[in-house]
Amino acid sequence: MEDLLTGRVHKFGDDINTDYIIAGKYTKTLDFTTLAEHVFEDIAPGFAQRVTPGDIIAAGSNFGCGSSRDQAPIAIKYAGIGAILAKSYSRIFFRNAINQGIPAFLCDTDALQEGDRVIIRLEENRIELPDRGEFLPLTPLSPVMLDILREGGLVEYLKKNGTYVLEG
Amino acid sequence: MGKTAAEKIVSAHVQGDVKAGDYVVADVDLAMIHDTTGPIAIRAFEEYGKEKVWDPSKMVIVLDHATPSPNERISGLHTLLRQFASSQGIRLFDGGEGVCHQLVAEKGLVVPGDLAVGADSHTCTYGALNVFSFGIGSTDMSGVMLTGKLWLRVPSTMKVDFHGAPPPGTYAKDLMLHLIGRIGSAGADYLALSFGGDTVRAMSISERMTLSNMAIECGAKVGLMEADEKTLAYLKGTGGRTPRPVWDDDDAEFASAMEIDVTSLPPQVSCPHSVDAVVPVTEVEGTEISQVYIGTCTNGRLDDLRIAAGILEGRKISPHCRLLVCPPSRKVLMDALAEGLIFKIVEAGGTILPPGCGPCPGTHQGIPGDGERVISTANRNFKGRMGNNKAEIYLASPATCAASALEGKIADPRKFISGAP
Repeated sequence: MEDLLTGRVHKFGDDINTDYIIAGKYTKTLDFTTLAEHVFEDIAPGFAQRVTPGDIIAAGSNFGCGSSRDQAPIAIKYAGIGAILAKSYSRIFFRNAINQGIPAFLCDTDALQEGDRVIIRLEENRIELPDRGEFLPLTPLSPVMLDILREGGLVEYLKKNGTYVLEG
Repeated sequence: MGKTAAEKIVSAHVQGDVKAGDYVVADVDLAMIHDTTGPIAIRAFEEYGKEKVWDPSKMVIVLDHATPSPNERISGLHTLLRQFASSQGIRLFDGGEGVCHQLVAEKGLVVPGDLAVGADSHTCTYGALNVFSFGIGSTDMSGVMLTGKLWLRVPSTMKVDFHGAPPPGTYAKDLMLHLIGRIGSAGADYLALSFGGDTVRAMSISERMTLSNMAIECGAKVGLMEADEKTLAYLKGTGGRTPRPVWDDDDAEFASAMEIDVTSLPPQVSCPHSVDAVVPVTEVEGTEISQVYIGTCTNGRLDDLRIAAGILEGRKISPHCRLLVCPPSRKVLMDALAEGLIFKIVEAGGTILPPGCGPCPGTHQGIPGDGERVISTANRNFKGRMGNNKAEIYLASPATCAASALEGKIADPRKFISGAP
């Protein structure tokens, strides 16, 4: 992944579960573009049509709670979302997003508003709001998650390493 | 300093000595996929270019989320899974055998002390059997299929002890809904739940599974319980491996501890659209209901059907509501048939669905209409969960659901139970 990501914010609240990201009735498929068409359909109808590639989701706490479905991060990825920022993630979704190679970071998203332009500066562990001249700190990912993300996801990571490599 | 059961089980699977907060790569004893999550795991696995999974004897595939297949697209996914199972030599339970979690427990595919993963968030159900088990995504599962291992962070443990005998009309489901309502849907995020106390010790394995099943609904990674003589008796005769039970040391370091006295806890209901929106049944009594669902890996087992049939026996369900009942396995269905429970349910007006997930994940077999309210024994009531975002879902015990079917309204089950307060 790139160390510098730029996109506009789509704001979401707390406890956005994976059923809301992609409803169960759409999950039984290997056609990932159809998942993207229905992303957030039950809580934000028309979301897929409003996304410009590279846009950023800014959510509250416990983003991605509920089902373990990989279809949720896949739907977000195929919709063109370039990164996710959230105050906290549900454990399974956090792994799944990184496994799909989606940059998913922890930060206090309260200050972010719908439509804000955001630059994620991974090397500096912070995000920039260029139109406001403000910066917000990112909580660093664990080393293994960062390694998987840098490879572009778990499949690429395992193709390269053959197994999991933990530091120390 | 002692250790928690979570730390002990993970330690045994990394051949080391771990503590909460450590990042480790652990060996997996059982890996389960089903018809929603399996196809993506297989596609990802195929990208590694390796012919065989690490150990086909440690994998199981279950067709349960959409069986019998409602359409040709899903039939194609079922075919893919059957072919993969056959070519890899992996055990497959086809449609009609039951829900994955019920089958893994019932067939003894896990034993106390195991570390098990499933590509389904309710894999935490086997915590009731002293198994460190949790849900993972399909891509993580592809890594398990390749290596037999998974990286994880060892969770801290939140102890929850239940005390006292629940009053008549209050069941394991009510206890768990009460807990989730108290701590919230992220109340145990990243933690291991450790259930104990005399109430849990007095419970059947089925009731314990109801608690552990819903550990994920407050964010927990696992919902562990101590293995006792009931656990070992439950697994006896399944031909499973040798149990290696472990439990929390008294002097282990816990993230928090909670004591809950259940002796006066009334029946609980979780309200739309969040599992942690929990109230006593009396607060929502009288709410009109169009459909009742009794089943799922949470609450469809033999004792659940016994409770429901006991309330339904000799009565008729409301003409304004449908009652769908789905035993979670062929064994539960056969036992319920032998006991006459199915006759009582059908005679009262219920419809029996083939063993599986039924309408819980919103794919088929009972999708509610616009504006309809459903009361269900399942574990999730998110908007759209049962396939229609214009419907509302309430969650409750089999007793509350059966009573509600009789009245066509959310009903307090205690009026149908002798000796209830």
